[in-house]
Amino acid sequence: MASAFEYAPAPESRAVVDIAPSYGLFIDGEFTEAADGRVFKTVSPASEEVLSEIAQAGEADVDRAVKAARKAFEKWSALPGTERAKYLFRIARIVQERSRELAVLETLDNGKPIKETRDADLPLVAAHFFYYAGWADKLDHAGFGANPRPLGVAGQVIPWNFPLLMLAWKIAPALATGNTVVLKPAETTPLSALFFADICRQAGLPKGVVNILPGYGDTGAALVAHPDVNKVAFTGSTAVGKQIAKTVAGTRKKLTLELGGKGANIVFDDAPIDQAVEGIVNGIFFNQGQVCCAGSRLLVQESIQDELLDSLKRRLSTLRLGDPLDKNTDIGAINSEEQLTRITSLVERGEAEGAERWSPACELPTSGYWFAPTLFTNVTQAHTIARDEIFGPVLSVLSFRTPDEAVAKANNTQYGLSAGIWTEKGSRILAVANKLRAGVVWSNTFNKFDPTSPFGGYKESGFGREGGRHGLEAYLDV
Amino acid sequence: MSDRLSVFKTYKLYVGGKFPRSESGRVYEVTTRTSAAGAAGKDKWLANAPLSSRKDARDAVVAARKAFGGWSGATAYNRGQVLYRVAEMLEGRKGQFVREVADAEGLSKSKAAAEVEATIDRWVWYAGWTDKIAQVVGGGNPVAGPYFNLSSPEPTGVVAVLAPQESSFLGLVSVLAPVIATGNTAIVIASEKSPLPALSLGEVLATSDVPGGVVNVLSGRTAEIAAPLAAHQDVNAIDLAGADDVLAKELEIAAADNLKRVLRPQPVDDWTATPGIDRMTAFLETKTVWHPTGSLGASGSAY
Repeated sequence: MASAFEYAPAPESRAVVDIAPSYGLFIDGEFTEAADGRVFKTVSPASEEVLSEIAQAGEADVDRAVKAARKAFEKWSALPGTERAKYLFRIARIVQERSRELAVLETLDNGKPIKETRDADLPLVAAHFFYYAGWADKLDHAGFGANPRPLGVAGQVIPWNFPLLMLAWKIAPALATGNTVVLKPAETTPLSALFFADICRQAGLPKGVVNILPGYGDTGAALVAHPDVNKVAFTGSTAVGKQIAKTVAGTRKKLTLELGGKGANIVFDDAPIDQAVEGIVNGIFFNQGQVCCAGSRLLVQESIQDELLDSLKRRLSTLRLGDPLDKNTDIGAINSEEQLTRITSLVERGEAEGAERWSPACELPTSGYWFAPTLFTNVTQAHTIARDEIFGPVLSVLSFRTPDEAVAKANNTQYGLSAGIWTEKGSRILAVANKLRAGVVWSNTFNKFDPTSPFGGYKESGFGREGGRHGLEAYLDV
Repeated sequence: MSDRLSVFKTYKLYVGGKFPRSESGRVYEVTTRTSAAGAAGKDKWLANAPLSSRKDARDAVVAARKAFGGWSGATAYNRGQVLYRVAEMLEGRKGQFVREVADAEGLSKSKAAAEVEATIDRWVWYAGWTDKIAQVVGGGNPVAGPYFNLSSPEPTGVVAVLAPQESSFLGLVSVLAPVIATGNTAIVIASEKSPLPALSLGEVLATSDVPGGVVNVLSGRTAEIAAPLAAHQDVNAIDLAGADDVLAKELEIAAADNLKRVLRPQPVDDWTATPGIDRMTAFLETKTVWHPTGSLGASGSAY
């Protein structure tokens, strides 16, 4: 049914970003081809348009980048903290100045809506550099004793769901503490990291302090296994995280892992329904649900289940799916064909196991990778869709009767990254938050991030924290 | 003076607040270390210790898991009281531990006494940490927005602890106390050669208000007991203090299967040195809880 008031298209201009037909690796301050000359293409998931051809780093390139980082480490770690701070402040400022360009670039390469890159990703990227810039000359006061030392060369592997934000989470604290970096962006979203390399040049960052090596999983594996890497930081799937933990076993490499999740969003009967619905939508449909801390399991108190689901379905019917560059778009494209296949197969499994699937009337574009916002009812804890991370716009709805049951169900997962609590009763928030085995608990809100706030998982969602004072520890010899 | 026949002690495991024999029915001979220098055959037999099996290890995990809710949910003040009670009981049994440590490590009476006193003091030190660690490593975060959030440390869960092989009592307590002070529950594998002080510690814990299952003490072959613990899906963390490099690597690989928190073996030259808080923070998670605050200040309200 056509609504009485249609939105006119409001596309953001692509003219603010100039994407070159090809990019090299960024090693020791220079863009360079891969040693074996391999390249791969990065496409826009919304249109399947080829955006650029990217050099693909192999083992020899990893070695060259680690050597460059090792050489740079000597001087970088010896710089007074105030000097390192000023470089990071410069980077933060340049990110702010170029944020429109970077937001458009990120939306093109990743497929997420421009309003998310513009209003969430980019401001947070700048904020992380500002926050950690300020730590660089105050490490003696961070609570790790006097004169805490950097570790050396950090090998960092980041995912495709928040390409530039994950880069900021990794690079800002690493540089602030005096480490140098070799970072591998995901193969489907390498562009913003390469633009960041250019920002490092603009900021005058010494050569070799930051090295960017686009590539696939084997590039990441080579980086993690390199004997001269002192610290490994990974954000991505739990399966790969376990593999990395095995690779670094028996070495002195310090490891932090930010892995998958199956977050429970718990709505009690006294919750403000409209706000809860907004929180649920934000929890699972932000970035098409491709968020490790997504609230992918809705636990709703039985007495309000029907009312809440009615409101939720009504709200989902107003979400706008389509061109990510349109400023009114709520739901963009799925990041890759591979990811779309995974989502599709898990959703089919959900149906086959007997859960009830619902989506609003929603026309999908004919090219690109798309998946309509989806919710499942009649879900039990044994269902695959209630246990496995789907990493897509798919919400599983379960119900509960008592707070104890809510807690038991929320904790009934191998993961432990995030959770949400919706209730007007303060004591219930605190009691339930206390019992949840999750690294981040949002009460009466969801998916809020801030560089001052530690983020990370319990159980198989990984170990270590990013953000805040705690985020420094991962890069210090403490 | 007539020769009195002494009464030998049957050393038993400490699991779930009880003192079982090993499920396997096996024991092994524990001797003095007076001839640690190498003169074979001069070691004095001290006692038989239980040679724990995989089943004993699994039973200990069940006990530790069962105890976790109560112990982690107890107030930090209460945990401090309980831990201090352990120190009181240790002080009362000082003579026994001096004898056992002297035998176990081949020390003179006076050196063993110093070791035991340092151990008791170490326990007191950790007893005082229970209600302070949250203030030191947690805190409120100045979020850029109308939100309040608070980061607090919480115990990781069930922790397997491989006690150091050489320091049978001070080393043991130095790795065990930080684990339980922060609210975790523990399965500790005693020093393989010198398990007797650890097994006697179990008796002290049992009479010190420490709830059953919070600490479980196993003796036997470290590698044999540690393997099922490192691979166990219901163990959250492992301290490899008592493993050599080869075993440590093997266990770390097994531990990756459910992403256990791993504390690798750290070289310790001097167990009497002030430990710092690393052994506590290694087995803590940080939970950040967010809540909207509204923004009254932004509306321009005046006092």
